[in-house]
Amino acid sequence: MFGDFDINFVIFGVMPYVALTIFLVGSIVRYERDPFTWKSSSSQLLRRKQLIWGSILFHVGILTVFFGHLIGLFTPIWVLDAIGIPYALKQWMAVLIGGPAGIAALIGSTMLIHRRLVDPRIRVTSTFPDILIMVLIWLQLAIGLLTITQTLQHMDGSEMVRFMTWSQSVVSWNINAWVTVVDVHWLYKLHIFLGLIITALFPFTRLVHIWSGFAAPFRYLLTRPGYQIVRSRRHRPLEERRRAYDKVQAKRGPTATTPAE
Amino acid sequence: MRVRAQIGKVLNLDKCIGCHTCSVTCKNVWTTREGVEYAWFNNVETKPGTGYPTDWENQKRWNGGWVRSASGKLHPKQGSKWRILANIFANPAMPEIDDYYEPFDFDYDHLKSAPDMTAFPTARPRSKITGERMEKIEKGPNWEEILGGEFSKRSQDYNFDQVQKDIYGEYENTFMMYLPRLCEHCLNPTCSASCPSGAIYKREEDGIVLIDQEKCRGWRMCVSGCPYKKVYYNWDTGKSEKCTFCYPRIESGQPTVCSETCVGRIRYLGVILYDADKIEAAASAERETDLYGAQLDVFLDPNDPEVIAAARRDGVPEDWIEAAKVSPVWKMAMDWKVAFPLHPEYRTLPMVWYIPPLSPIQNAAQAGQIAMSDQMPDVRSLRIPVKYLANMLTAGDEEPIVHALERMSAMRLYMRALSVDGVRDEAIAARVGMSGRVIEDMYKIMAIADYEDRFAIPTAHREQNEHGADIRGGCGFTDGNGCSTGEAGKTTLFGGKKKKFALPQETF
Repeated sequence: MFGDFDINFVIFGVMPYVALTIFLVGSIVRYERDPFTWKSSSSQLLRRKQLIWGSILFHVGILTVFFGHLIGLFTPIWVLDAIGIPYALKQWMAVLIGGPAGIAALIGSTMLIHRRLVDPRIRVTSTFPDILIMVLIWLQLAIGLLTITQTLQHMDGSEMVRFMTWSQSVVSWNINAWVTVVDVHWLYKLHIFLGLIITALFPFTRLVHIWSGFAAPFRYLLTRPGYQIVRSRRHRPLEERRRAYDKVQAKRGPTATTPAE
Repeated sequence: MRVRAQIGKVLNLDKCIGCHTCSVTCKNVWTTREGVEYAWFNNVETKPGTGYPTDWENQKRWNGGWVRSASGKLHPKQGSKWRILANIFANPAMPEIDDYYEPFDFDYDHLKSAPDMTAFPTARPRSKITGERMEKIEKGPNWEEILGGEFSKRSQDYNFDQVQKDIYGEYENTFMMYLPRLCEHCLNPTCSASCPSGAIYKREEDGIVLIDQEKCRGWRMCVSGCPYKKVYYNWDTGKSEKCTFCYPRIESGQPTVCSETCVGRIRYLGVILYDADKIEAAASAERETDLYGAQLDVFLDPNDPEVIAAARRDGVPEDWIEAAKVSPVWKMAMDWKVAFPLHPEYRTLPMVWYIPPLSPIQNAAQAGQIAMSDQMPDVRSLRIPVKYLANMLTAGDEEPIVHALERMSAMRLYMRALSVDGVRDEAIAARVGMSGRVIEDMYKIMAIADYEDRFAIPTAHREQNEHGADIRGGCGFTDGNGCSTGEAGKTTLFGGKKKKFALPQETF
């Protein structure tokens, strides 16, 4: 039964589904069940030093890298062909944009890890998941940057296309997706593996604030017309209450008092 | 007109004795938890001084409150929505805990458990964050108590603007007053405006500003947005917290803890009706000195039949309208004009107001020749400079402050004549534009300050605000995760803290 067992199948064929399921279900469960724990866990109050630069470098870098991966991996290959972007050009873009962004994120996260481990205030207020996820992200950034050494050896984009195919096969339920990445360099494999681990750990760490970070601009800029928020606990909105009141007034005359809500 | 009601508050600084009972009872009720040891929803500052957190009034440094652009539009001083979002990774205007103070405790146990030593055992301080030894305590919640510290530091006080402050460093010219501070429950709060998550809101029914603990994500923009620095980041839960105006008490008609326990009986609570449609225009008044008057215009007269009709139409309950008519806050702010908003120039339209203190005449040596106008000392020659009070309460406009101080000293003169000479001297009252009857009412409320006169708080209308079915089986008031308890270990699966529950034990 396990004669043709292949670890690659487990990691690149099964694990993505496991990781994404934990990621999505876990996020929903946490948001619904424990909304109080959903936060960015900022430590800026306790120590400003090293946070301003560290956090900005890290976040700007990693957001660039994140969107680079998202767009790079999930843009269908026929779209590239249709608008006529050569694979080599796309790969150069990935290296030239992702490289510096990755370096910025690595510098930022190094500063943040150093601060978290060395500053006594931050150290004692850190939980195990806080430290674990920082270390994993640091490793992931380092490995990601190391893969550039391999990438530069084949700038025709063929390897990149394999990763695109794999990603897109996974999300389109193609059970044979794993075959496309079986014989890539082990650095790439490690990078994917660690990425899936981080995805699975996501709901159990402070990483959940990423959801809110992406939602915040939409909520703040688009769904909130002004600045202020007033919450009413009354059952009907003001206009409706006013209409009901006017109706009662017309019937009973000016001495009528506020109708029950 | 859009009528809303708010429970407003007035603090009579003329009677504050600086006993800190308000701060301590507030702390015991609300902030004894880990993460907010450094936070005082209510604190009392000795003025002149830089306060808590240090230099909080200096908005050039902290960027709190609002600014009016050339086009007359308001945006938070720390930036409009885009700027705030851009600072989400690291907030440049946020104070560090050392700007408040590093919370500490003392090794009391050492006093009784120390071995036989040559030196007497002492209780040395220890940080409540790291647990490490603190060699020197640099700051505390009330560091400038009774003018503690050298004048050169205390005189950084923002309210000394345009005051010849050098002379007040000399002993014989020193002056002092107390300033108890809490969340202002503003009509135009910058904390809620700055929150990208929309977690901070003002309640329509009673005007209390609250932070939804389940929606707060810890972006920290409220901390820097609030010019009074009355939003505190809980470093343990990662959420912001602030004064709740003791809403569970207010809802049941009880005064807030700080008001209830105030020894000097300086705190007043009462309903103020206001026109929500006028808030924006009032907060955008062109000149800073116009803001106090603009806020007065937002308030609605509860005895005006038109206002009453509109209030009913907008669903203000009948007993709230009745409460507004007897509100001590209305009387002091509107009828007598003796109460003022704290730093109206921040454009937040605060709803906790202050009666400025009278003080002894400037120089005892001149007591005989002090400027008297019709038996009344000229309030400009009192020890606390009028300009200082004006900088604090009216954006620098001295006239309203002088007016209020004159009325307060007229009240003393009138009552002295009444109780010593048995004469109702209407001339004294007339000089400050009042009548003897009004002054006697003012005396009853401001000087005698009976419980019933200080607090006129209608209860919340649960039949309007709650669905019985929704709260059935609910978890009531919790300080966090609702009904969720969590699993094993110190933290739960999702990072929440497991609450330890222990019955008090007696050991023999």
